[in-house]
Amino acid sequence: MRDIIKPKNDAESIEMLHKFNQDMLPHKFGKLGKAWVVFLLIVIAFGLYNYTKQLRFGLSVTGLGDTVSWGIYISNFVFFVAISLVGSLITAVLRLLGISWRSPITRIAEVIAVASIVFAGLIIIVDMGRPDRLLNMFMYGRIQSPIVWDVIVVMTYMSISVLFLYFPLLPGIAYCRDHLKNIPKWQKWMYKFLALNWQNRRGQYELVKKAETILAIMIIPVALSIHTVTSWLFETTFRPGWDSTNFGAYFVSGAFMLGAGGVVCAMYILLRFNPKFNQYITFKHFDRMGRLLVLLSLIYFYFTVNEYMMPGYKMKGDEAAHLTELFAGKYAFMFWGVQIVGMIIPICLLFFKRFRKPFPMFIISICVIVGAWFKRFLIVIPTMLHPFLPMQEITEASKVYNPTLPEWSITAASLAGATLIITLFVRYFPIISIWELAEERGVDHDLIYEHLND
Amino acid sequence: MSENIENIPNNEANSNQESSEASRRKFLKFGVLAAGLTVVGGGLQKAFSDDTKKDTSGKKVKVMTTDGKLMEVDVSHIKPAAHCCSSSKESREGIPGKKFVMVIDLSRCKDALKCQKACQKHHLLPEQDKWLKVFKMQETEETAPYWMPKPCLHCDKPPCVKVCPVDATFKRSDGIVLIDNERCIGCRFCMAACPYSTRVFNWEEPKVPEAFANATYSPETSVPRKKGTVEKCDFCPDMLRQGKLPHCVAACPNGVYYFGNRNEDMVTNGDETVSLSQLLKDKAGYRYLEALGTEPSVYYLPPANRIFPFKDREVEGEKPKENTEKKG
Repeated sequence: MRDIIKPKNDAESIEMLHKFNQDMLPHKFGKLGKAWVVFLLIVIAFGLYNYTKQLRFGLSVTGLGDTVSWGIYISNFVFFVAISLVGSLITAVLRLLGISWRSPITRIAEVIAVASIVFAGLIIIVDMGRPDRLLNMFMYGRIQSPIVWDVIVVMTYMSISVLFLYFPLLPGIAYCRDHLKNIPKWQKWMYKFLALNWQNRRGQYELVKKAETILAIMIIPVALSIHTVTSWLFETTFRPGWDSTNFGAYFVSGAFMLGAGGVVCAMYILLRFNPKFNQYITFKHFDRMGRLLVLLSLIYFYFTVNEYMMPGYKMKGDEAAHLTELFAGKYAFMFWGVQIVGMIIPICLLFFKRFRKPFPMFIISICVIVGAWFKRFLIVIPTMLHPFLPMQEITEASKVYNPTLPEWSITAASLAGATLIITLFVRYFPIISIWELAEERGVDHDLIYEHLND
Repeated sequence: MSENIENIPNNEANSNQESSEASRRKFLKFGVLAAGLTVVGGGLQKAFSDDTKKDTSGKKVKVMTTDGKLMEVDVSHIKPAAHCCSSSKESREGIPGKKFVMVIDLSRCKDALKCQKACQKHHLLPEQDKWLKVFKMQETEETAPYWMPKPCLHCDKPPCVKVCPVDATFKRSDGIVLIDNERCIGCRFCMAACPYSTRVFNWEEPKVPEAFANATYSPETSVPRKKGTVEKCDFCPDMLRQGKLPHCVAACPNGVYYFGNRNEDMVTNGDETVSLSQLLKDKAGYRYLEALGTEPSVYYLPPANRIFPFKDREVEGEKPKENTEKKG
């Protein structure tokens, strides 16, 4: 991994542009890439099969019951919403702060954001008892319901994220349209259609830049809203464990941490499978992402302490039973595992420079992501198992919650689906924004407009 | 003919009443009717479960029409009466001038479960879905347990209604919280929001007795029940519209349930009609989890005179205690 080279004159600049273009041009997957896509498709197919089963037999194919009426579909939804926040963090926050090293990773973050928010929407439909009545949301929607707020902000965030991904991508699509030879007809047509007749004109770039600035400002409040409103889905109830004024901040901070972990993971995989990228995604990027991750983890740590330590100190009535179950009961192993492996250890390791290298960072990011998934399980399920009234007069089956195979399979399919979107994006589009990278490296604007599409 | 038949349980508590108060008279009419119809019960049960189409069985039963005539008809000709059919729109408006309240006297409950049995039967509920639960409660280890029947509390500030995204569950002018199962999208937010574990979900296609399969759906009857939607105790608004008591109130042999109209400050358990405010004052009535601010329409009278030693139910929740749907 080399250091970043800045061009000295116009000739070098043009040469650099050409090199970027060559390196970023999407190309066919190798054997491993193909196997990965097939694997994802199999997971998705099995999930779809199980979903048809669920449609036929109802939610009875899940482990849900009248006590635990929200299960891993909902916790998985929270996970998707959380990880999608990273798009706003890397693209918008770092952009507005003028952080110079962000360019090579902004698009990765945006793709993760779009893929996850799409599947957040889908998994919530999977959780519905009557998906056939989805339109009732629009026909009879009541604004006092947090679900309606969630639908509004998630759809807004999805739209802004798609535009935020799409606009800076236009020059890249146009390049593929003009330079990718020997590709199937549909692919040619796709590039032509998606490029919106992009001609690399100064006016077009200026429009895109203006749009990006507006979107960057818009996306931040919307991004904070999606996860805050998602936390309110729980906070609006009386249940012990959810009845917390800390929930919004706790959710948002956790989401930023998870999102940063997601980007690190994707960065490493990209590097691993396309060595050309090591000139763009460098040690420096891992180091900086490591520092960012440790900062975000510390913020999350702060809100986690607030969330559990104070109620744990008081051990108030109904809350006590719930907390005891988390701290020392049935879910203690998962709870401490998530806190230690998914938060404490990453924080401690990332303080040291030697762990802010690609491979250790990759392992840490996996811990963060897996920890975050189970963290959300712990937010949803144990609370449902502690209703105010004793669990009597219900079947034995509905006194516990064990997700069934169809439930796991559908959840896995949603995760695979989001991963497939990211994978296919890498296959068909330049994953690093060439013109923004060139600007970051100090290439003159006029040269970019003139020579980017050579 | 068939419209005149009511399938009403045999009810000792109500059978020999002579009403004196005007407010009570209305409620009790049905008790007399119930006595007359006792004989029909068995035949109707058959009609529910046995749907083979035969012309005549030759077996006759006596039924009573709503105007009091005793008739004899062939068993095979008996069809259950259609539940009353308030449309979805009508169901959203309450019964004018009413504000229904219930008072549950915990000192009288002996876990007879007749209330639950009647409820399950009339709402065609399967064993595992109970709209009316009877909890065994115990404050501390030193105190004797007591039984606490719990229907939907029909809160005046219902957390379930607040969170419903599609207005499928709603609060009516008469205080009843109902669900329109033709609108419910099955998000189960209301189940998460309800602090009283009241709501149950149709996780699979409900088994609707064939006789009711084609009944016109009404939120007031919840028949036929619908897959993928939430349901709960509804205070039997179809009965209330006819001026009758909810099934659980009528079925209780111990006079645990008082039911009435808060606007009139009167409640009755079938045996006695009393002033609501006086009753709550005299017996220190309270509402469950009052601190949550949900303002339930159901009041409890404290479990004084507890039975000691406490007699537990045989095998909690395991042995099927009743399955009225397919008996016979």
